[in-house]
Amino acid sequence: MSLSVISPGLLTTIQDLGRRGYRKEGVPTSGAMDTVALRVANLLVGNPERTAGIEITFLGPKIRFETDHLIALTGADLQPKLNGEPIKMNRPVAVRAGGVLTFGGLRAGSRAYLALSGGLAVPPVLGSQATYLRAGIGGLGGRAFKTGDAVPSAGLTELGRKIWQALIATQPAHAWAQAKWTPDPKLFPAPHESPFVRAIRGQEYDLFSEQSQHDFWQQEFIVTSDSDRMGYRLQGPTLARQEPGEVLSSAVAFGTIQVPNEGNPIALLADHQTTGGYPRIAQVVAADFSCLAQVQLGRKIRFREVSLAEAQELYAQQEKAITEIKQALHFKLTHL
Amino acid sequence: MENLYPTPATRAEVQLYPLGESAVVVQFGDAIKRHAHHEVQALSAYLDAHPFPGFVEYVPAFTTVTVYYNPLEVSLAKEASPSDSVAETLKQMLLQTTTEAENTAPHVIEIPVCYGGKFAPDLAFVAGHTHLSQEEVIALHTQPEYLVYMIGFAPGFPYLGGMNEQLVVPRKEKPRTKVPAGSVGIAGKQTGVYSIQTPGGWQLIGRTPLRLFTPHGPTPSLLSAGDYIRFVPITEREYERTQQHES
Repeated sequence: MSLSVISPGLLTTIQDLGRRGYRKEGVPTSGAMDTVALRVANLLVGNPERTAGIEITFLGPKIRFETDHLIALTGADLQPKLNGEPIKMNRPVAVRAGGVLTFGGLRAGSRAYLALSGGLAVPPVLGSQATYLRAGIGGLGGRAFKTGDAVPSAGLTELGRKIWQALIATQPAHAWAQAKWTPDPKLFPAPHESPFVRAIRGQEYDLFSEQSQHDFWQQEFIVTSDSDRMGYRLQGPTLARQEPGEVLSSAVAFGTIQVPNEGNPIALLADHQTTGGYPRIAQVVAADFSCLAQVQLGRKIRFREVSLAEAQELYAQQEKAITEIKQALHFKLTHL
Repeated sequence: MENLYPTPATRAEVQLYPLGESAVVVQFGDAIKRHAHHEVQALSAYLDAHPFPGFVEYVPAFTTVTVYYNPLEVSLAKEASPSDSVAETLKQMLLQTTTEAENTAPHVIEIPVCYGGKFAPDLAFVAGHTHLSQEEVIALHTQPEYLVYMIGFAPGFPYLGGMNEQLVVPRKEKPRTKVPAGSVGIAGKQTGVYSIQTPGGWQLIGRTPLRLFTPHGPTPSLLSAGDYIRFVPITEREYERTQQHES
């Protein structure tokens, strides 16, 4: 049971929801940049949310399914096709052995997620199958996909097999068949351009000049091409401190916005270092992590201030929406 | 009179603040001091022994312990907001912790280092800058027991305290794009060991054949916050023998 990589795309890696428990040893969590998209992709094929899937960045790979697979694509719209025919995102798709998945141009968002019923059969490293490129661990030998790779999949689960059969029965002569339904877009919105990203003040917010505090919330920042899975390097108004000084290294998190001395902020993402020694002007709220992770390079973002209480409420709402998706899908998938 | 044994009164400077909606930071002052380190160690040990519902993990640093939690699991258990209830739990823990660790014998780990040749491209620069001979640089570097304050920057990378101030040198003006794992360097008042191959701007004076990061072991980092290390000079031949043993 495997997938063959005919061409790898720009940066295609295996990711799950990341490593837990090793940050004190300096090991980043890694995992999907847009965890909501991966979780929903997994739910669409009847997997537990944590299951490892494939993260596809900017430019899609060409992949042949060597055995029958049940798949779902979420996140960025890269115009996916099976055997040259367009397929729809955000729904389960049954693929017969030999089906070839390709992608067109990037329409919206930055990262697509490909979930497979049963997940991927690569060994976990430190409790996770997530690829961490910098240390070369997890995923497929600690690296991104290359042409000619055989990526081992775990094979259809019992539920996955039932869904696969039910879908294929709707188009028995075809190489693939997709569901006609999708999660409520109100609960699972598509990535959108140049969003506002909500954030709370960081612990060192008061170290910045009044002008810089004002600029941070009022001005636009471009996501520069010098960005990667560790973080987005942002360019906009230079953020200056009232007085220069050292900040002791301390732990940081996904969404922490640090400002190095030259004044251009960095928004930390999935592969961020566990600790940082730059002042933290803000912290993006968890409910907007997906939105942040889907911003395209070269686009502009603006930050909008919210309180910690609002951030907690937004996070609770996001999780409630995912629970609703999960319940609705469970009913759908067990009544096909 | 000098306060040798910390009392609750010395904890007035403890500060708690959120890092987003899934972490709370406990900060013990704002300077690198042994006492703050012992407080960090004490809270870390307490969390190891008494994880609370919703606790995920913690990261000790120079003066802080950052405690990550799952807000959904915390809010199931408590009426207050997840952040407030975790902060309250941590305050209660601080009343229970002791800094007795100060009195226990430190765990000293010897790190063999080959100072010289291809492993020490910047040893001559360090000697020149500090007006010491290369032998004196090595002697000063191998003399202290260094305290591992924290692990960060990269998997298994130790932030060390205790370097002799005579060895202070600036970073390289142009960082190297690849510094091999095991390289021992100096930058400013800090000395450290690169745990994985990474770009870096430290002045390199030697290399250890030990692996500081072993992703397939049960504890990936050789060193933990609170350990002490001593650098022990070895020859190139000993380096190669140890390296074969490690792999």
